[in-house]
Amino acid sequence: MKAPALLSVEGVSVDLPTPRGNLRAVDQVDLKIAPGQTLGIVGESGCGKTMLSRAILQLLPKKAKLSGRVMFDGQDLTRLAAEPLRKLRGRALAVVFQDPMTSLNPVLTIGSQLIETLQEHLEFDASTARRRSVELLAAVGIPAPEQRLSQYPHQLSGGMRQRVAIAIALSCEPKLLIADEPTTALDVTIQAQILDLLAREQRRRHMAMIIITHDLGVVAGRTDEVAVMYAGRVVERAPTPVLFKKMRMPYTEALLAAIPKIDAAPHTPLPAISGRPPDPTRPIQGCSFSPRCRYAMSDCHQQKPALVEAGPDHQYACFHPIHATAEACA
Amino acid sequence: MMHGLPETRLRDPLLKVENLVVEYSVGGRTVHAVSDVSLQVARGETLGLVGESGCGKSTLGRAVLQLRRPVSGQVVFDGHDLVAMKGDTLRRMRRRVQLIFQDPIASLNPRRRIGDIVAEPLVIAGVTDRAEREKRVREVLGAVGLDPGLVMGRLPHEFSGGQCQRICIARALILNPEFIICDEPVSALDVSIRAQILNLLEEMKARYGLTLLFIAHDLAVVKAVSDRVAVMYLGRLCEVGPSEQLFARPAHPYTALLIEAIPQPDPDVRPPQSVPIGEPPSPISPPSGCRFRTRCPKADQRCVDEVPELVPIAPDQLVACHHPNFG
Repeated sequence: MKAPALLSVEGVSVDLPTPRGNLRAVDQVDLKIAPGQTLGIVGESGCGKTMLSRAILQLLPKKAKLSGRVMFDGQDLTRLAAEPLRKLRGRALAVVFQDPMTSLNPVLTIGSQLIETLQEHLEFDASTARRRSVELLAAVGIPAPEQRLSQYPHQLSGGMRQRVAIAIALSCEPKLLIADEPTTALDVTIQAQILDLLAREQRRRHMAMIIITHDLGVVAGRTDEVAVMYAGRVVERAPTPVLFKKMRMPYTEALLAAIPKIDAAPHTPLPAISGRPPDPTRPIQGCSFSPRCRYAMSDCHQQKPALVEAGPDHQYACFHPIHATAEACA
Repeated sequence: MMHGLPETRLRDPLLKVENLVVEYSVGGRTVHAVSDVSLQVARGETLGLVGESGCGKSTLGRAVLQLRRPVSGQVVFDGHDLVAMKGDTLRRMRRRVQLIFQDPIASLNPRRRIGDIVAEPLVIAGVTDRAEREKRVREVLGAVGLDPGLVMGRLPHEFSGGQCQRICIARALILNPEFIICDEPVSALDVSIRAQILNLLEEMKARYGLTLLFIAHDLAVVKAVSDRVAVMYLGRLCEVGPSEQLFARPAHPYTALLIEAIPQPDPDVRPPQSVPIGEPPSPISPPSGCRFRTRCPKADQRCVDEVPELVPIAPDQLVACHHPNFG
């Protein structure tokens, strides 16, 4: 039994006007996430993953045109007025960005930023907000939290700043946390700590979480479901173990193969994906991955494959999926 | 047990760095960027240098080229001490050693055409014959997988990050160097492009008989291209050894931690849980004794008092630790 969705993205497209013409950054995306679930959105730069997260948060650039619905907790966010939307963001709907300085104010102390959030959204009085702030900083693994309240963001390391940003995001007990490349700017050892922290808080709070990343390694052990994006579309979506073991979409396979493996011998040539992603202002007639796909046939260059079902909760967009023939023979 | 040859007796080293110390001052305080580092790179090999940001790995790369002058120590390239050199002599030696940077777009002058950018080292080296220069430019652009006719007349902004890195590699190759220092050459690139560039570096190494110092923070990337790996932490080397051996049996707790922290693209591998909380201390006031001790699960009083020496622990493997994982 699957719980009803907390967030449901329905046919969302984002168009951006550019000097070179219209750019379709997100193309007809459908996604669902239930309370307590973790969804990974994986793709390379320019695939539309960040634009999709901005569309969910209603934080798109002014010129962008959004179509489709974003249903969150029973409301369509695309129709919500500015004020209720502002109340929702930061409270039920929180976000952590790649660069913590995007969300931290450089001229305010850590304490005032945390306390202000708690006072604004939860209407705590000053001393309760202060006590809660210390608890939150301790919970995200910041040593000497009491002293940190009077420090400014520039006095902290990158990893510590990201912990503060997470503390602020968690402060109002959000129902959904969107983490957009939360560890890309951090070193490996710090990355592991931050991912552990997010996983722990997510379980403890039964919060839904979307992790947006370019690194399949980040989502492998830490998500329930993964959506792979390419050129603005979701090209494959599956429960995490299925995606890694029984992927149907050649792009998913190629992306996974291109990662250097820690157990491979040195100087093993990497199966690179030839070419590069298409120019989003010049849409391709057929499957957008077809120019780089080693399985592509003539139909792939003519028509766009739709997302089709491969099994429970598993969808892919490909005319010539992998693993399919083996099963047909069996 | 028979130990292998210590580092100091590596067969035919093209580069020998000995007791290198690099310090600089920031706001009146001294940053101990590289502290007493010795390493060697044999002719034709790739030495990977890994460590987290701020560990001094890039500073070490620059100090090899004398782009940052060391406080003390030696950098011996093919028998010549670069530290003692200056002016024209140094510039001539530098032609034999080239550098590739992390941000390929920022390392190309946005107002100059690709043909001129790639030819520039030849101009500086005094190759006055235009036709000769163009011939060389076409050769190296072709070698890195670009169509010279299509790219020479264009400007850097017309290219993607991966293509710009190809252009940077072409520029590095044009003077026929023997040694290339690659400083995080793929960390700004997407996964699919990263594999292309790593494969290209391997091809170029074979084709031109290059020796590489490959600096990166990503252990899996380093392992993919390196014969040997040196692990650096807060200005000092922790461990040096053949890639496969080092990954199979890391002797230093820090090497083990780094390996464990790599997120594996396999849902059956449990994400690392035992990573100690904490971050590297500042290189302005590094801890006494072993610099890793503040994050090390094995640290004791000896680690506070004594700096561990880099000593052999297995054939060709050296470790600087009072309590190595084996041996």
